[in-house]
Amino acid sequence: MTDHVVTLMPPPVLQVGSRTTPDARPRISVRKLDALFGTNRAVRDVTIDFPDRQVTAIIGPSGCGKSTLLRCLNRMHETAPLTRVNGEVLLDGQNLYARGVNPIEVRRRIGMVFQRPTPFPTMSIQDNVAAGLRAFSRDRPSRKREDEIVEESLRKAGLWDEVRDRLNESATALSGGQQQRLCIARAMATQPSVILLDEPTASLDPLSTQKIEELVHQLRGNVTVVIVTHNMQQAARVSDRTAFMLLGELVENAPTSEMFTTPHDPRTEAYITGRFG
Amino acid sequence: MTARVHARAPRPRSLRARRLVNVAMSGLLGVAAILATLPLLFLLWHLLREGATSIDLAFFTRMPKPVGESGGGMANAIVGTLILVGTATSIGLPVGIGAGLYLAEQRGARLATSVRFLSDVLNGMPSIVMGIFAWHILVRPVGHFSALAGGAALGAMMIPLVTRATEEMVRTVPTALREAALALGYPRWRTSVAIVLRTALPGIVTAALVAIARIAGETAPLLFTSFGNQFWSTSLGEPIAALPHQIYEYAKSPYDDWHRLAWAGSLVLIGLVLIISVLARFVTRSRHGGVGD
Repeated sequence: MTDHVVTLMPPPVLQVGSRTTPDARPRISVRKLDALFGTNRAVRDVTIDFPDRQVTAIIGPSGCGKSTLLRCLNRMHETAPLTRVNGEVLLDGQNLYARGVNPIEVRRRIGMVFQRPTPFPTMSIQDNVAAGLRAFSRDRPSRKREDEIVEESLRKAGLWDEVRDRLNESATALSGGQQQRLCIARAMATQPSVILLDEPTASLDPLSTQKIEELVHQLRGNVTVVIVTHNMQQAARVSDRTAFMLLGELVENAPTSEMFTTPHDPRTEAYITGRFG
Repeated sequence: MTARVHARAPRPRSLRARRLVNVAMSGLLGVAAILATLPLLFLLWHLLREGATSIDLAFFTRMPKPVGESGGGMANAIVGTLILVGTATSIGLPVGIGAGLYLAEQRGARLATSVRFLSDVLNGMPSIVMGIFAWHILVRPVGHFSALAGGAALGAMMIPLVTRATEEMVRTVPTALREAALALGYPRWRTSVAIVLRTALPGIVTAALVAIARIAGETAPLLFTSFGNQFWSTSLGEPIAALPHQIYEYAKSPYDDWHRLAWAGSLVLIGLVLIISVLARFVTRSRHGGVGD
């Protein structure tokens, strides 16, 4: 897929005091992005880079636009009625909102996992993981190759050992945490270069949450991860960089360790010390 | 604070009074619940008593005998009903499911709002009017009655039932599921068919079976469309016999033998409807079920 093709990129910007590697080029660059619901600007003039193969957390109080920003990255925002997007989102330098870009192609290259587990209830575990592969008949893999990809994806999601003997059973029989890992496996199966996680542990118990967090940690280094969370401890645990949003605006974007120890903006400090939100 | 709330609250009735009201109301509702099922039980009992003795193999395999001869069956009417219901289903089901999916997916569109309203009007349309409509467009221009006209009248009755049921079922599919499919790179039409419609399928099948059971017993739309036929016919272009219609003809006749056949026919018709209803319950319990579970 295209994610292994080296593309010409602007020289990397060195982050002062960053614990990230200096050659971390942005995989996704957001430029002056506005996202609207009707006349309501949910995301306002956001410019941010998501470095390649790192985990970036987006935090902020409810309604700050963090989920909307995430949904702009794979063109899911526009699937809701009366929505509009202005600005640019560059994936490997290519503007995803340029004329002629097929949103379906974009979504195949950028995987997404939602707040609540969304296994397809009519499909078996195997069919769920393979769902993305089967979406297009023209480049559908052979049955043998599909089995390999399903196993590989389930292993990456840390679910293989739990479901290997019941791949043909209904996915709804799994626990909530297992279902969420199944959704991650399903998103990984099409080998996207970016995975978007929209509060993936919001509906899970602490143990399942821990497993998902470990998983996010493992994904790091292979894919670029953007995770939206309202849990600051989670952001601190799993991410390399953290972005703080408030009222639709990006307030601060810094390496996670720096963000939680020496925030530059007084609003960030107020939020992470628990004075609001 | 608590004290003030208490003081303002209405004086609670004594425990005994509350228990009494509880028992009385539970009793009343229980009686209503039993009364609700009583007509069906009474009807079944009566039908079994009157009709069961007339049901034998000949009833299913023989043709009606002329007046004066005893015996005979309703083979032509049973087959006729199956053909009519089959024709109606092949018209009502595809149109109804398609329209229902449209209504659910294009919720706010102006066309959807009018279609939804007209569909409800059609649903409340007296079935005799549906028969006149079918006669006007399918019988009069052709010049003779036909099974096709009867099937079309029944199919038209089925459309609004299936449409609204499909819409309701599709709406129960969570938006999150639709979004998950879109996020995987499913095109919109494929999301609608492979995920949304598939998830709602058990519910839609149930609704379709209920609609079939409903139209299988209709007589009025058939009176001047399929007309009835004393002879064996399986042709869509010819008049055809149907169980409810035959029951009507036999029941109003002066002959005891025909009355018995009418009872037996009623029992078979009820049995058919019951089988379909049970089938509908069974389908919703199937494995890997969707929202109908």
